[in-house]
Amino acid sequence: MAKLNINIGELELKNPVMTASGTFGYGTEYADFIDIEQLGGIIVKGTTIEHREGNDYPRMAETPAGMLNAVGLQNKGADYFVENIYPEIRDYNTNMIVNVSGSSVESYVACAEKMAGLDKIPAIELNISCPNIKQGGMAFGVTCAGAAEVVRAVRKVYNKPLIVKLSPNVTDITEIARAVEAEGADAVSLINTMLGMAININTRKPVLSTITGGLSGPAVKPVAVRMVWQTYKAVKIPIIGLGGISNWQDAVEFMLAGAAAIQVGTYNFVDPTVTMKIIEGINGYCDKMGFQSASELTGALNIY
Amino acid sequence: MKKYLLDMKVTENMHLHPQYCLLKLTNDAPLPDIYPGQFVEVRVDGSPTTFLRRPISVNYVNRATNELWLLIQLIGDGTRRMSEYKSGETVNIMLPLGNGFTMPEADDHQTNVLLVGGGVGTAPLLYMGYCLKEKGITPSFLLGARSAADLMQLDEFKQLGEVYITTEDGSLGEIGYVTNHSILKNTRFDKIYTCGPKPMMQAVSRYAGSENIWCEVSLENTMACGIGACLCCVEKTQKGNVCVCTEGPVFNINQLTWQN
Repeated sequence: MAKLNINIGELELKNPVMTASGTFGYGTEYADFIDIEQLGGIIVKGTTIEHREGNDYPRMAETPAGMLNAVGLQNKGADYFVENIYPEIRDYNTNMIVNVSGSSVESYVACAEKMAGLDKIPAIELNISCPNIKQGGMAFGVTCAGAAEVVRAVRKVYNKPLIVKLSPNVTDITEIARAVEAEGADAVSLINTMLGMAININTRKPVLSTITGGLSGPAVKPVAVRMVWQTYKAVKIPIIGLGGISNWQDAVEFMLAGAAAIQVGTYNFVDPTVTMKIIEGINGYCDKMGFQSASELTGALNIY
Repeated sequence: MKKYLLDMKVTENMHLHPQYCLLKLTNDAPLPDIYPGQFVEVRVDGSPTTFLRRPISVNYVNRATNELWLLIQLIGDGTRRMSEYKSGETVNIMLPLGNGFTMPEADDHQTNVLLVGGGVGTAPLLYMGYCLKEKGITPSFLLGARSAADLMQLDEFKQLGEVYITTEDGSLGEIGYVTNHSILKNTRFDKIYTCGPKPMMQAVSRYAGSENIWCEVSLENTMACGIGACLCCVEKTQKGNVCVCTEGPVFNINQLTWQN
């Protein structure tokens, strides 16, 4: 039995397996299928300071190895979270991390401040990479200046571990990673969804109401592994890898590329128990390959 | 309701029509409670272009044989793969999902109930009809299809109540759409339950609304997770956007914004 616990800065995880924001609700949705307290962490649904109705239906298009979504950060707002959802999830014995989003620097800061006041929320993941909202969101994540500005502002009001979720829809993700590291981010998570599009050829209409949406699932995995590897070489802060992970082999790949921990997203829809299999598989891999601890996998890539 | 992930065994896969199959599945342990109008998410292995589970409504639950029936319309690669499942094959099923139809009170035997279905939307009405009959309420069915050959399970429906039919080509029953059927002019129903193509349900809903008849519709918005996590299948309601998978798939027409 390898040691599975890992640290992301001050954040202690019982194992490197977390669930990705927007794919796992608030955890309770999956409690009939798995013991969610076995997870290293749960990144709960993207939360904004204001109530958001999200985008119009249709919001989803299946692809051969994944899906496009255009949910648009539907959520009931930070106050609703604090008053109604937090009391329900605060006592779960795992890291309940809130994904914080916004449409202006002020709205990110306001939401992060609310989360800073919650004892049992040990960290936030700052979403500067949502492709599905018109103002802000990804706009902050695609330039170094924008990313730096929002992280700098949030850092001032948030003292606990700050994870910044990066967009793959950029020329060079390592520049953005360096920019947020310089502003005091404790970790980066990557990748968010890749901008994509699908068309119904019979109606000649886009499948999604927003025309374009975010691609996730196994289709994006090689791109995500490549970006984790590039970012690993570029920054000193820990990397949380995600993008199409659907089994323990995928998770190990991300860790070898440089991820300290991983998130499972879209594949939860296909197999709600997949995270448990991944935890077991990482343990088995460590034992078989002679690693005493899962943390030794991070960046343990053999280059030719 | 507690949800389960079950590895179920195919007992029979009947090809009823070039576009329809009836997949029957059983489970080692007795099936949990499943209510009419609820659905399941079927994992589809062996179809390279199919990634997500397929939401399929419950067609019937046979407690005697511990069987779940799924009536499947062959639309894309996923459903075509499901039509190839052989007896003895294992299929992973998540169930029961969503909220079923609101059952009339047991002592409400005089309730005149009409179940209106079109296309594969007739599927949940069979189990609903069966459960109504168990409660002592004999429902009437109004079923529509393009042509006589496209009407599935007519014999089963006839065992549960009176069946009225419309076909677009007039090959069986009255010609036209379900909402053109003369029964709607001749008989006053107390409750209408409907499932089918959205334009059909909207027409039924307009009829029910104009006649002030209580009416529930079962929606089939495109879904990913089936359990309220992804927020993809939303429908605009009086309460704003809500997930069809957890707040529905059955809605009272008063909850929807179709009239606007």
